Amino acid sequence: MKVTMTVNGKSMSGDAEGRTLLSTFLREELGLTGTHIGCDTSQCGACTVHVNGKQVKSCTMFAAEADGAEVATIEGQANADGSLNVIQQAFQDHHGLQCGFCTPGMVMAAASLLEQNPKPTEADIRHHLEGNICRCTGYHNIVKAILAASGQEVPAVAAE
Amino acid sequence: MYNFEFVKPSSVEEAIAALKEEDAQPLSGGQTLIPTMKQRLNQPSKLVSLLGIAELNGVSAEGSTVTIGGATPHAVVAADASAYPALAALASNIGDPAVRNRGTIGGSLANNDPAACYPAAALASGATIVTNSREIAADDYFQGMFTTALDEGEIITGVKFPVPEAANYQKFEQPASRFALTGVFVAKYADGVRVAVTGASNDGVFRWTEAEEALSGNFSADAISGLTVDASDMISDLHGTAEYRANLVKVLTGRAVAAC
Repeated sequence: MKVTMTVNGKSMSGDAEGRTLLSTFLREELGLTGTHIGCDTSQCGACTVHVNGKQVKSCTMFAAEADGAEVATIEGQANADGSLNVIQQAFQDHHGLQCGFCTPGMVMAAASLLEQNPKPTEADIRHHLEGNICRCTGYHNIVKAILAASGQEVPAVAAE
Repeated sequence: MYNFEFVKPSSVEEAIAALKEEDAQPLSGGQTLIPTMKQRLNQPSKLVSLLGIAELNGVSAEGSTVTIGGATPHAVVAADASAYPALAALASNIGDPAVRNRGTIGGSLANNDPAACYPAAALASGATIVTNSREIAADDYFQGMFTTALDEGEIITGVKFPVPEAANYQKFEQPASRFALTGVFVAKYADGVRVAVTGASNDGVFRWTEAEEALSGNFSADAISGLTVDASDMISDLHGTAEYRANLVKVLTGRAVAAC
């Protein structure tokens, strides 16, 4: 079947079977490989994208379910001039990534959090990131980056 | 995963008609069904998405009843079920934010995972499960692990919760899956207290009737201090023994009462 969705503001179409996952469709049909597939068991959150403004795991949704939807991926996060947006820049400034594999999902999750809660506490951030797993940084720097992206003071050492 | 035909009807009638096909299954949020299909533990010929049916989505409150559409995601319950705060709080702690944006109450109740949160809320609240063809009392609905009173091709269109005087849900979380290692929902109504336990029993969600009797006479954590929970039917796995879960039932019930 043909599936059409608006991805990062642009209408895009491709072929999908019933079983084609949204993550597979984005990567293989639309060529948007910024969305990573980490575990493929809905645990790690590397594949996090926004569908109609809501954060979802694209490996646990069928492409056909997103037919006609507005989808936002990591490729659409940078500023119009190509510079990093405030969240991405904060991840760089606070060393919120090491290998970078989880980062697209972390950034999309952070964007979703800050939209709902522009000044989250550290606890709010940790609660919100429960579905995003990072195996390098131990989360402290990710939490700091998100605090910084929200314009709040970043403690020298994050608690916990 | 095996391939299947995907359809997305816009009315309950169309969905029921589509489900008449052999091996057709309803798809709500898919947060359990899709992982199961990836493991080839499930092989539907057709998936009938329920998310295109507007009347199945939303929360409404009327008098002392909160009604939730069957295909309402957890995040919407968390945000909109303010008339039943304990239920909204439970919804806000299911899985993680991405799961809460997709997973639905009807999907959770139809699956009846022995460690899911919603079955505890529905059973403790004496909720009514509304389907396309009938209404089922929660006491008759849950029939053991992954087993419910639903017939083939029957879908949950809504759930009616009578709002209690006070309620609280205590979830001892399995930190990797975020399911309840054990969870206890306590709801206090004018005609008595109901206590439902999830995550603990091999038979799925159940009511702890001894605690209900004790708490209906004296609604305080002390009222259950002399009770013990039989561990013989409890789940035992690498995360906790049957005895551990039996102890959690009592501890969490006390905490829930204290938090009411």
